[in-house]
Amino acid sequence: MLKGRDVISITDFKRSELERLFEEADLMLEALRGGRGLRTLEGYVMATAFFEPSTRTKLSFQTAMLRLGGSYIDLPPEHASSRAKGENLADTIRMLDSYADVIVIRHRLEGAARFAAEVAEHPVINGGDGTRDHPTQAMIDLYTLRRALGRIQGLRVGVLGDLRYGRAARSFILALTLYPPEILYLISPPQLSCRREVLERLDELGITYRQVESLERVVEDLDVLYVTRIQRERFPDPLEYEKVRGSYVVTRSVLEKSGRELVVLHPLPRVDELSLDVDATRYAWYFRQASYGVPVRMALLKLVLRG
Amino acid sequence: MTSRELRVSKIKDGTVIDHIDAGRALHVLRILGLTGSEGLVIAVVMNVPSRKLGRKDIVKVEGLELREEQVNKIALIAPSATINIIRDYEVVEKVKVRVPPIVEGLLRCANPNCISNQPREPITPRFYVRSLRPLKMVCEYCGTELNQDDVIRQLTSA
Repeated sequence: MLKGRDVISITDFKRSELERLFEEADLMLEALRGGRGLRTLEGYVMATAFFEPSTRTKLSFQTAMLRLGGSYIDLPPEHASSRAKGENLADTIRMLDSYADVIVIRHRLEGAARFAAEVAEHPVINGGDGTRDHPTQAMIDLYTLRRALGRIQGLRVGVLGDLRYGRAARSFILALTLYPPEILYLISPPQLSCRREVLERLDELGITYRQVESLERVVEDLDVLYVTRIQRERFPDPLEYEKVRGSYVVTRSVLEKSGRELVVLHPLPRVDELSLDVDATRYAWYFRQASYGVPVRMALLKLVLRG
Repeated sequence: MTSRELRVSKIKDGTVIDHIDAGRALHVLRILGLTGSEGLVIAVVMNVPSRKLGRKDIVKVEGLELREEQVNKIALIAPSATINIIRDYEVVEKVKVRVPPIVEGLLRCANPNCISNQPREPITPRFYVRSLRPLKMVCEYCGTELNQDDVIRQLTSA
């Protein structure tokens, strides 16, 4: 049911499709742990076209493809490619489409992945577009909850940080609408609060949520805390960034106030919003979350390319 | 028919745009590109009682038939409008405007970071209609919403 599909926004997916993906990811994880090499995508080529910086997304897609026996081509940085000569996105995508079986794109502009999908014949996977969507991150986030807690639905979830400009936070919040939480706390300084269209969507779907400014007041009530970085690069005004920078920091002592088995996620990279002293605690799931990027993306590539 | 409407005489050949949302007749004239200096006979009736809308505006233009693009634009600011084509004092055709579920090309996205605003890409802005009253149109590329005021501003500026 995912064969040939573009992966543009998490909201394009049904819960049953994500369940299928997670089952496949379990198999991939098992194969990875067993050290078994797979040849599922032997002969397939993936193109990665990252017009914005990336560490995990790009490398985990490339690793996923290699682990499945496929190969990849990577669009060189701007100064070394034809884009420096002024080539537009449509032409770049057309070229990649003629070389590869699937294209993974990240772009500064919102809607770039959807546009690329219209231009390309082959499936396009969105690796992040502006402040909008990061569907594969949301898939990994949900998968991590499933591994950590055995379920995704009915949890008490807090999403902390830059809910205005962060595409990972936005995608995670929208992904949760498929697995309604018992309660969703949207925790942010007022300048970084969730955008209206996302809140309207939560209202439409009857999701119970509360907008709060301080983590301390709700931490005891959480099963899951999703921490995000302030998206400095997306602020229209650098002065606005200076006003909110450092406005929240998650430390071990704050988390220890919670008597519950709290799972802390972070899409990474982190700057200073998540203290290093959390890393060694039982709450820290974010490195495992990052490692699940490979099996989940393996599963997705397999389903998109072969069904 | 209201008594106020009757004060405006019939036109021989041309177009009557009826059931325009009250207060928007001048926007309709802007969309039609009419300033009055063209020499066409134009009647504008505003804020008269209407059974359907409470109050409404009417625009009559002698010697003008609308192009499809103009009809589509009028639909976006006056979704209940009817367009009557008049020949020799008779209504020969009466069309209710219709807002299509997807509007392509007539509007620009308000988000400067939307791919549809990139001049060098072969891309046509595309919106879907989330709600008609109040009007809410959503960019298919970036999800940015345009409301009625945004749409009026865009359609009536130069």
